[in-house]
Amino acid sequence: MTATLLETRIPAPSTDLRAAAREAGVIWAGLFTLGLGFGLLVTSDGLPWWLAPVTSATLFAGSVEFLLIGMIVVSAPIAAIAVTTFLVNSRHLFYGLTFPLHRVRGRVAKAYSVFALCDEAYAMLATKDAASLSSGRILWTQIGLHGSWAIGALTGGVLGSTLLGGSGALGGVDFILTALFVVLTMEAYSEHKDRVALGSAAAAAGVAWVVAPGSMLLVAMTAYAVSLVARHKLRRVTTGHA
Amino acid sequence: MPDTGYVAIVLGVAIAITVTLRALPFLVKGSLAGSPLLDDIGRWMPIGAVAILALYCVSRIDFGAATHGAPELAGIAATVGVHAWRRNAVLSILAGTATCVLLTHLM
Repeated sequence: MTATLLETRIPAPSTDLRAAAREAGVIWAGLFTLGLGFGLLVTSDGLPWWLAPVTSATLFAGSVEFLLIGMIVVSAPIAAIAVTTFLVNSRHLFYGLTFPLHRVRGRVAKAYSVFALCDEAYAMLATKDAASLSSGRILWTQIGLHGSWAIGALTGGVLGSTLLGGSGALGGVDFILTALFVVLTMEAYSEHKDRVALGSAAAAAGVAWVVAPGSMLLVAMTAYAVSLVARHKLRRVTTGHA
Repeated sequence: MPDTGYVAIVLGVAIAITVTLRALPFLVKGSLAGSPLLDDIGRWMPIGAVAILALYCVSRIDFGAATHGAPELAGIAATVGVHAWRRNAVLSILAGTATCVLLTHLM
């Protein structure tokens, strides 16, 4: 009895950390490698080494960071940087609606969880049954993603481009994210055999690829979100709701 | 090297925009709470979003490169195959990535 009470009351960080590491560890390793590549890019572009870890720790938005470095090098106007950041990161508008933030306990923890809501965190956590996720498991997953990306960038920045001979040595490792999203799609599908969702997403991605290859993610996510609203209305009409 | 003040402003602007974009939907969500639309979005958005992210990765493959994207396509085939076989996410990701890395360096 006492033991059961203790187990339910005392948070078990090590259990949460282990669960997060078991599931996300390989992705943490992948982000470390990508961060390493980012650090190498920053120094090979002639920027100071500390810019890589500082950007990765404070902004934590992979694709925008790569774009920003190129823009900083040519001293792009702030307005152009603002527009680029907005366009590339607008897809995040669709993440918050279904991210299991209600499972995270504490104001600071919730704020961190929102701050660190990257593609990988959304993909790994929103596709799970929210009730099965503890606050610690969610936070450790995100801290691991954030930490490995920032530490990777620090390592890459410190090593500099001369030591590893450019990012060519890392060729193919960024595939780890492709594999992650492929696996998560298969898992989500095996849970709910929702062919309509998969078909609409593929159509949205296909159209976006053809129409707007430069901002494919944003256009595809928007088109998919619109298709969801249409599907919702259609379902209510066909099932007789007002 | 660009001016540190300029870099600080760039970072500040990018962080403010990114955090706002990540936080906004949580604020909107309160007014949508319990709505059937939000329930449906909750059911359908995650699978569509991960599928779009996967297809986005496919779209980024450089089919014009010397390897014509073969390492990446083989990596995807390996990921799907191993996942259908063992249903172990970590194993599938490692198998697919190893395939892609090996072929990238061999081709």
